[in-house]
Amino acid sequence: MKKVYINSIASISPQKTYDNSRFLDEIINYNDTVIFAQDPDYKQYIPPAAARRMAKGIKMGVVASKIAMDEAGIETVDAIITGTGMGCMIDSEKFVSAIIDNNEQYLTPTSFIQSTHNTVAGQIALGMECKAYNFTYVHSAISVESALLDAKMQLENDEAEHILVGGVEELGEHTTKVHRAINHIKPEAVTISGVLDSKTEGAVFSEGANFFVVSNEKTKSCYAELVAVETFNTLQKEKVSEAIENFLKENNLKIDDIDLVVFGNNGDVDFDGYYNKLSEGIFSKTQQVFYKHLVGENNTVSAFGVWLASKILKTQAVPEIVKLNEINTSEFKTVLCYNQYRGQNHSLVLLRKC
Amino acid sequence: MSELKEELKGKIIEQLNLEDVSVADIADDDALFGDGLGLDSIDALELIVMLDKDYGIRLSDPKEGKKIFESVQVMADYIQEHRTK
Repeated sequence: MKKVYINSIASISPQKTYDNSRFLDEIINYNDTVIFAQDPDYKQYIPPAAARRMAKGIKMGVVASKIAMDEAGIETVDAIITGTGMGCMIDSEKFVSAIIDNNEQYLTPTSFIQSTHNTVAGQIALGMECKAYNFTYVHSAISVESALLDAKMQLENDEAEHILVGGVEELGEHTTKVHRAINHIKPEAVTISGVLDSKTEGAVFSEGANFFVVSNEKTKSCYAELVAVETFNTLQKEKVSEAIENFLKENNLKIDDIDLVVFGNNGDVDFDGYYNKLSEGIFSKTQQVFYKHLVGENNTVSAFGVWLASKILKTQAVPEIVKLNEINTSEFKTVLCYNQYRGQNHSLVLLRKC
Repeated sequence: MSELKEELKGKIIEQLNLEDVSVADIADDDALFGDGLGLDSIDALELIVMLDKDYGIRLSDPKEGKKIFESVQVMADYIQEHRTK
């Protein structure tokens, strides 16, 4: 089987992460319950005629994919695989609202066409005239991990050489209200430094797009080797340590071999215990980082964790703002990302320095 | 009539999300499709729905749209003659 490499990355998030030459050197301090992505200059990447029908999620996905493709130095890929938990919410809300407001009359096509979960992958393919495999995984908080796993298997079996993989979420006004009503969004505004001290349920909600070009050949721009991906729909808190040890064992590794662990803590008092148990348990002697205080919570934000891990492996530097404990490792060779959302849909992504 | 033409230009810009285009940029006789504003078939569907919803004009034959949507001037003339609301 061939090895799989992350040859380029791109991130559009509530922080200014769209410029790959920078690495969290300027932090935007939020004090809110919902945070929006920082916009790159979309017009620089998308022709006005195409952009006018695109809601924010599509624009973010298209631009992030272009940044990733540019860095990888390729013009097309053998597959485009995306993940999204909620899909194109803005156009979905627009279309459904129109049905209700107009008593099922006068339905216009644009928002309907743009509202499908596969719209982002479809628009990317149209833009690069790529008629290859095009697929979108819609699986809550493991959507993007499912996309990565699909890409990894195709590359390992040499069914493809280069695959564009990414995750996208956008905030829709009505959906955000619903999430607020069911207490999935924090009742009080929190600052980025106060997220983990929050004593309330829910998370700071957000949006963003994170894309990667993964290949079975290492290029100069390579960030990391994608060693393994595993997902679990359900996992009891008491069983997470065991699952991680088994996952590492399958990859001929032990806990001590992990130089850095990337956690998905979001400050939800009901579910951060999953991370705390690991942080104080099997990873108590491992350097730990987190990122959701900077970029919030959404169904594919775990891809930002992979982005962060890739950046750390390539630069061998850890920004102070993401450090979770006092341990400082001198060299980062193997990094593990662990994420879960509301105690379900757990994921493990193992990366190695390339 | 002049008011209707300004109203139509505003609606076209808003409903078709014509970013960077203002009412003043659209001349009454500018072609809406092709080399003019560059609208396409999806826009034509949006305009058909707009005629029905805002002016009570239901096009029984979508091919009629090709002529009716030639320019803002032609659209305004047609609406003036056929509107039910």
